Amino acid sequence: MTEQKDRELYYWLCLVREFESRISALDKQGKLSGGVYSGKGQEAVTVGFCHALRKDDWIFPLHRDLGAFLVKGSDPKRLMAQIFGRRDGFSKGKDSYLHGGDMGNGIFGATSMLGATLPVAAGMAFKFKARGEDSVAVAFFGEGASSRGDVHEAMNFAGVHRLPVVFVCENNFYAYSTPNNLQFAADSLAERARGYGFKGEIVNGNDLHSVLDSARKAIARARKGEGPTLVECKTYRYHGHSEHDRAEYREQEEVITWESRDPVMLWEVYLGMKKHDVEAIRTETAEKVRRVVEEAVAFAEASPPPEGPEAMDDLYAMPIDTEVP
Amino acid sequence: MQVTYIEAIRQAMEEEMARDPNVMLLGEDVGVLGGPFKASAGLQEKFGPDRVLDMPISESMIVGGGVGLAVQGMRPICEMQFIDFISCAFDQIVNTAATLRYRHGGQTACPIVVRGPSGGGVHGGLYHSQNPEAWFFHVPGLKVVAPSTAYDAKGLLKAAIRDDDPVIYFEHKFFYRRIKEEIPEDDYVVPIGQAALRREGRDLTVVAYGPPFHAAMKAARDMEKEVDIEVIDLRTLLPLDWGTIKSSVRKTGKLLVLHEARLTGGVGAEIAARVAQDCFEDLDGPVMRLAARDTHTPFAAAMEDYVLPNQDKVTEAIRKLAAY
Repeated sequence: MTEQKDRELYYWLCLVREFESRISALDKQGKLSGGVYSGKGQEAVTVGFCHALRKDDWIFPLHRDLGAFLVKGSDPKRLMAQIFGRRDGFSKGKDSYLHGGDMGNGIFGATSMLGATLPVAAGMAFKFKARGEDSVAVAFFGEGASSRGDVHEAMNFAGVHRLPVVFVCENNFYAYSTPNNLQFAADSLAERARGYGFKGEIVNGNDLHSVLDSARKAIARARKGEGPTLVECKTYRYHGHSEHDRAEYREQEEVITWESRDPVMLWEVYLGMKKHDVEAIRTETAEKVRRVVEEAVAFAEASPPPEGPEAMDDLYAMPIDTEVP
Repeated sequence: MQVTYIEAIRQAMEEEMARDPNVMLLGEDVGVLGGPFKASAGLQEKFGPDRVLDMPISESMIVGGGVGLAVQGMRPICEMQFIDFISCAFDQIVNTAATLRYRHGGQTACPIVVRGPSGGGVHGGLYHSQNPEAWFFHVPGLKVVAPSTAYDAKGLLKAAIRDDDPVIYFEHKFFYRRIKEEIPEDDYVVPIGQAALRREGRDLTVVAYGPPFHAAMKAARDMEKEVDIEVIDLRTLLPLDWGTIKSSVRKTGKLLVLHEARLTGGVGAEIAARVAQDCFEDLDGPVMRLAARDTHTPFAAAMEDYVLPNQDKVTEAIRKLAAY
């Protein structure tokens, strides 16, 4: 990889992390209402997969995949306005966090029904295939969502038609408080792929190199018409399920173990091994991402909150008047 | 041309697929078989397996996939083999499809149709007789239609396919081959949101859809010496055509609402409540409802007949309201 690529990927990792940290801070300051679902610790998964995609590819991020929006091309200002529930957000205040997608950048907004985006992704991939387009759909889901029927229905259908879709499981070991051993009995989720007739693999989700390698191969397979792939990325969220969750259901020792495999830190180690000036890159990047996030916050805070009656907008293509005298 | 209700549905799909290459049908056994009722007979042969797509038994995938297709500019018709199975796709309809435009701040349309055979009276038992329209009637962002004639079956399905919002289309299986009418050869649509005033009258208004609508029409004819009945065929349940309903009630002063779905929490409850509030000064009697009894639709003939509205029950209800 060129130095430029190395730095670019480092920038994305740092931007996502800075964005996440700032949102957690804003939440603590009481500036955000509603749930905040930090993906801190899982940045390599979304950065790796979204960096390997084209503009005309589509992603279906889950609630913790803020980074996916940024790397796929969303304007950080609008993303921040979305999180603030302001008029300039993707939802125009109708919902917060990642329920509003950014369709111009090929990003589908998820509902809170985890795994429900997978059938949507498979349906879209069917269109790509039927029309001979070489776009790819990438659907993210947690290991918790893997227990839902929608995930099975989507993978089964995608397997039947060998659709250009990549299923990315972010296995962060806890679905809210529920650990892997109470979520599924199989040794891994990746092995389920065999039952659907396609390839599954386990990836170190904290190592950007591994994620990138797997992402590129899976996306290339999909693009060439060789069918879906299930990639199980083992990773870890540092924060609780949401900011109000202190995550007391896990041992501190476990958290420290995972922090020692931090994706940003691992990339810095790599930069050092390649004899880049890590100190200088770190300082320069920190300044750059701080500025982007700062501007995003300023934009979001200046964006007007929607007025009450706007609650009736965007329900239908043509507004329906229900107030008949 | 003379067509049955189900042939009208088949023609609507065929003509829309021929008109617009983005229209497609996905459902269980819709292709080679042409559907258990032959609603899509011949369509796969004509349009190919990518546009008439046989799906695995995965209702959530059928509707969720439809949303993904719709975001890409397709106009999918998602068939539920029996509308009873729509419960398996409930989340995709109410949470994914109905909120799609809203939660994306108007960035996208959601032009999907979910359709399938509904209704009882055919000894279908608990899972082949349901009328679950009230579940969807309650959901903002959806449109709900229920045609009661072959003309409307075709025109409303065409309108639903061309509509940019998710439309749930309830086709009553009792009508499939029992209704046969002359319909135009030329292309036409029945606009969503417009009820049809089927019979003018002065004494009382019956608002209905589905089989009880036809019972009301028969009663109006049979009882015309006794009482002059106005009959409105709702056709669209969401959004309701309040203008047509209220102006009729203001004229007649009496309202009876009929549907085959169960009474409690049904579409009729909303109509009764609004009319009671908005037309209070015009009413000469209580707003009345006749619907299925508050139980499931049982298999055995005597029980099914006991539960569902029928001609006698409709006539009796009209007589009761007319007496006020």
